Amino acid sequence: MSAEQLDLNAIRAKLQDASGPQYWRSLEAVAETPEFQEFLHREFPANASEFNDPVGRRNFLKLMSASLALAGVTGCTVQPDELIVPYVRQPEELVAGKPLFYATAMSLGGVATGLLVESHEGRPTKIEGNPDHPATLGGTDLFAQASVLTLYDPDRSNTITELGEIREWNAFVAAMRGALSAQAASKGAGLRILTETVNSPTLAAQIQRVLAQYPDAKWVQWEPTTRDNARAGARLAFGDYVEPVYDFAKADVVLSLDADFLAAENAFGVKYARAFASRRRLDADPDRFSRLYVAEATPSVTGGRADHRLPIKAGLIDGLARAVAAAVGVTGVSGAAPAGTEAFVAAVAKDLAAHRGTSLVVAGEGQPAAVHALAHAMNDLLGNAGQTVTYLPTPEVVASEQHAAMRQLVVDMEAGRVQMLLLVGEANPVFTAPADWKFGDALKKVALRAHTGLFHDETAEQCQWHVPSTHYLEMWSDARSIDGTVSIVQPLLQPMNGGKSPHEVLATLSERADRSGYDVVREYWTASAPAAAPAPAAAAPVAAPAAAANATPVAATPAVPVASPASAFEKQWRRWLHDGYVAGTAVTPTAVALAAGWSANLPAAGKVNAFEVVFKRDASIYDGRFANNGWLQELPKPVTKLTWDNAALIGPATAERLGVANDDVLKVTHEGRSIEVPAWIDPGHAPDTITIAVGYGRVRAGRVGTGVGVNTYALRGSTAPWFGAAEVTKTGDTYALVSTQDHWSIEGRNLVRSTNLEEYKANPAFAHEMEHMKLSDGLTLYPKWEYSGYSWGMAIDLNTCTGCNACVVACQSENNIPVVGKDQVANGREMHWLRIDRYYSGDIDNPDTYYQPMPCQQCENAPCEVVCPVSATVHSAEGLNDMVYNRCVGTRYCSNNCPWKVRRFNFTLYQDWETPSLKMQRNPDVTVRSRGVMEKCTYCVQRINSARIQAKREDREIRDGEVVTACEAACPSQAITFGNLNDPNSRVAKLKANPRNYSMLAELNTRPRTTYLAAVRNPNPALPTNATVGGHHAVTHEATSSESEH
Amino acid sequence: MSQIFPKSANAWSKGSIFLVLGVVVSLGALLPVLQRSDFVTTANTFKDQPVQFSHQHHVGGIGIDCRYCHTSVEVSSSAGIPPTKTCINCHSQIWSTSPYLEPVRASFRDDKPLKWLRVHDLPDFVYFNHSIHVKKGVGCETCHGRVDKMPLMKQQNSLQMEWCVNCHRNPAQFVRPRSEVLTMGYVPAVAQDVLGPQLVAEYKIQSLTNCSVCHR
Repeated sequence: MSAEQLDLNAIRAKLQDASGPQYWRSLEAVAETPEFQEFLHREFPANASEFNDPVGRRNFLKLMSASLALAGVTGCTVQPDELIVPYVRQPEELVAGKPLFYATAMSLGGVATGLLVESHEGRPTKIEGNPDHPATLGGTDLFAQASVLTLYDPDRSNTITELGEIREWNAFVAAMRGALSAQAASKGAGLRILTETVNSPTLAAQIQRVLAQYPDAKWVQWEPTTRDNARAGARLAFGDYVEPVYDFAKADVVLSLDADFLAAENAFGVKYARAFASRRRLDADPDRFSRLYVAEATPSVTGGRADHRLPIKAGLIDGLARAVAAAVGVTGVSGAAPAGTEAFVAAVAKDLAAHRGTSLVVAGEGQPAAVHALAHAMNDLLGNAGQTVTYLPTPEVVASEQHAAMRQLVVDMEAGRVQMLLLVGEANPVFTAPADWKFGDALKKVALRAHTGLFHDETAEQCQWHVPSTHYLEMWSDARSIDGTVSIVQPLLQPMNGGKSPHEVLATLSERADRSGYDVVREYWTASAPAAAPAPAAAAPVAAPAAAANATPVAATPAVPVASPASAFEKQWRRWLHDGYVAGTAVTPTAVALAAGWSANLPAAGKVNAFEVVFKRDASIYDGRFANNGWLQELPKPVTKLTWDNAALIGPATAERLGVANDDVLKVTHEGRSIEVPAWIDPGHAPDTITIAVGYGRVRAGRVGTGVGVNTYALRGSTAPWFGAAEVTKTGDTYALVSTQDHWSIEGRNLVRSTNLEEYKANPAFAHEMEHMKLSDGLTLYPKWEYSGYSWGMAIDLNTCTGCNACVVACQSENNIPVVGKDQVANGREMHWLRIDRYYSGDIDNPDTYYQPMPCQQCENAPCEVVCPVSATVHSAEGLNDMVYNRCVGTRYCSNNCPWKVRRFNFTLYQDWETPSLKMQRNPDVTVRSRGVMEKCTYCVQRINSARIQAKREDREIRDGEVVTACEAACPSQAITFGNLNDPNSRVAKLKANPRNYSMLAELNTRPRTTYLAAVRNPNPALPTNATVGGHHAVTHEATSSESEH
Repeated sequence: MSQIFPKSANAWSKGSIFLVLGVVVSLGALLPVLQRSDFVTTANTFKDQPVQFSHQHHVGGIGIDCRYCHTSVEVSSSAGIPPTKTCINCHSQIWSTSPYLEPVRASFRDDKPLKWLRVHDLPDFVYFNHSIHVKKGVGCETCHGRVDKMPLMKQQNSLQMEWCVNCHRNPAQFVRPRSEVLTMGYVPAVAQDVLGPQLVAEYKIQSLTNCSVCHR
């Protein structure tokens, strides 16, 4: 938490010195600041172990007397009586103690992800990906993983209100019908419907029916981070709206023009991460390894995977795209490469041209239409269209230019032309609309304003009517995915807050106002079912994730006689619900051709600003809608590792020039508006640019998210929603940001290992040569363990991990891990069992980035086990370091002795034992830990046990892939593999035999069961690189190994 | 000023050494006994249930199979407590007007579940699975006792870890043929010290004493 300015020149010198660190966690780590030393040398920083509550002494005495009193009696108290409340009529499929899995889908940004949701006796507890879903293939992102917490959010609104007074549903229907009848005469000229991007065919049909009845009414779709630019670019290039869908599995060379296509907040990230990883795995021919060039302003998840990353101002990317296009040979385009990028442009153009049909140019959503059009033109010229990129109609049911439509709505509202506005969903325009439109003021001129959403948010506050909405796990709906495939969204429980689904709210605008969501969705699909696919006659196998070895059939397709059309539909419907998607709804790619003379219509490159501000969706809370989700708020953001805040990210060189250090509050002025936001130095950030994530600074989010961070929407205008000119001045204030980048720092060398592809081909076992010290296997005082049965292990591929955080949230959800809050995180007390360590290597202005997920290493010779005075952590016969909560007395010796710092201690009562709705989220198969107890990753031992019991009941061995840990299941790029090491044919055993496989700190001879596959980069030999080379490293190693540290 | 302590205090103080020792020794002996007593384990105590349900009558008398009510005992961690519907299956026909059964009928009529007091209550940090024990030849009776002789349900054994581990360390003492799992009053046809090891081998019973088998 230092506001002291770091001496960047000293840091640069240190990094250039051969004896300097090869991989480093942060600038502070290189500078060896006292704060960093503190994190490094102690398991928990100094404050973490102290009782530093402001009302210290009194509380301390209170707690102590209470614990003394209780300590004596707990031993012999009789357990309080517990009730058993069986069903009156037990549902047929439900077996007490066994979870059911239901297929459904979650939509975000207009794209659905296919899910299987685990339900324990009617309570959804965990989200898994649906492996059968044709678009998302079982991948999930952190938002889907965390959505189950939003379901149980105690701050969700729970009553229909009119001006704050509680009303009945009937009163709302009457109000809507009344206002609507007044609109009948004017053909609905005063009626507006404002929704998020609608990817539900049923909802769109409902709205279109309203529009048919009231032809002058208007429907506006709005997301604060629209894909308008991409659409305008497609229209510019092809004359039509089409959505490019990329196949990274076929791409040898990829150029990303500010496109963060691997990130979770990208609507297609889950799909792309898996396809991209398939070419970075090195399991087959190393020549299949792809190469990724990224030009971007803000270091992103995708930039972290790049073989060559070019930090460049967002405004210069237009020029860069023109230069590359011209060099590749796109006709009608000319342009010189921006200063300093000539070599990059030449090398990229040559590489692209050399891979016709297997290359790919991807433009980012924030880039103007011209960049998208140029990317399309390049893909067309390079023969990539139809190969690595296909064009589909947009996944929205009705594509629109959201920005323009919203602007028109604001104008209409200001002019008093809108009498009735229905706002549906989480878009929250009062908070998210461009600041210069003053949406909130215009909204007040509408006579009847009705809002439906999960929360009584900033927009609901400005409306007379508010109807609590159902969570997607509580409602019937449907949703289209990236390829057009529709999933039927089915509810797992009754609306907890008496909410109404958007379908039910929209039904109030139709003749039959009281239809249920189920009826609406069924009716739509009865009318528009696709031609029945030749479904197998017998009931198909159940769509359950491998993790749920003992999952019970979801909706086992019953034998419905195919006599009448109704029963035929019923059979189809049940199959859709069971499978999680409607077969035959994927859209076929459209053949598109570049519009004649498109290049003549290409707008001139925009002027480049001297200093720029870039607006981004937040990596954790998206556009602000997840602000009240504690899991997401506390999640360290992939690149910066900041939690609980947004910040002005700034490059080291620019920070140095402006005299800015971390935590300095900056005044950022953009188009005459200004906000004050703390600065955070982000290595690799483009010069003369700051990046601020939107979504923070909510005023009506709830107990978790209200007042957290700075409202960037107050700065963001309509003319430059993604980046624009800005001025930055230091205010002289400081604000304590909390980043976990130095938490759990590990003393030691070569924690991360990497090389380039050429070196790898020459020496695949390079990682072993980076071993700090060779040890003979027999050299140990620990007892030797024998494993006659299973022997569990995990391998994590550093090549395919993107650092996206889906695994961290999945772990939190599966293992009942509490949220601790910003103050506790600042003290180094965050409880995540699985953390993702980020390492840089090379130059601070453009470092290579590596992500290393760190679960418990489950050591063979575990240092934690031998120091526990009460045997609360012991070795199991299958190799796990078991953690026994009920034995733990909280000495914390184990965590002191853990070289990996993967153990977490409940310093206070972090779990919420009070809020009833949150209790329902907990996984009943995992103990909820209390104060004073140590905890850590267990390799999801509850899943191992469940699979073992299932296997024994069937009198067989556990199959490979039957036990899937929560992190492994969630990983969109399949970087984590878990299995039985005693089975030489298991996937994990094969990975452990891979020459890239290495264990961290092997010199300590703890023999971890979690090992890593070293990273390999594929830099273009024609370009200079930061990429580390094994040979170079060996020198470093010799130079430093004389120091005695161990 | 006179002496504060009379001379006899010497004797008392010497005696008190033995007294204190005595207290310590007897506490040391008493506490383990107390910890294992029915008072702490709640074994052999009856709980006030909403309906005076008799296992003696239903199991011993009529001979209903355990699994008629505890349906998931072979497939799930929980053996399952029957829904009211299971009671009504028979009691809509027999004893359909008995005042004893009014709570059951009320439950079915009003769709309000019966609320039983849990008799076999493990701590929340213990994860027990019925299905695997049944599969491996652990009889109902081994843990639950002669249910067919219990007019009111009670806990037969301490359910303390010591008791669990006794079998987990040496399952051969207790396993029986799978066909006899539900039998009440089972007597092994061959001596248990011969049959036990045979069954352990045949059923591939492992002696699982890892902490994470039950605690996670």
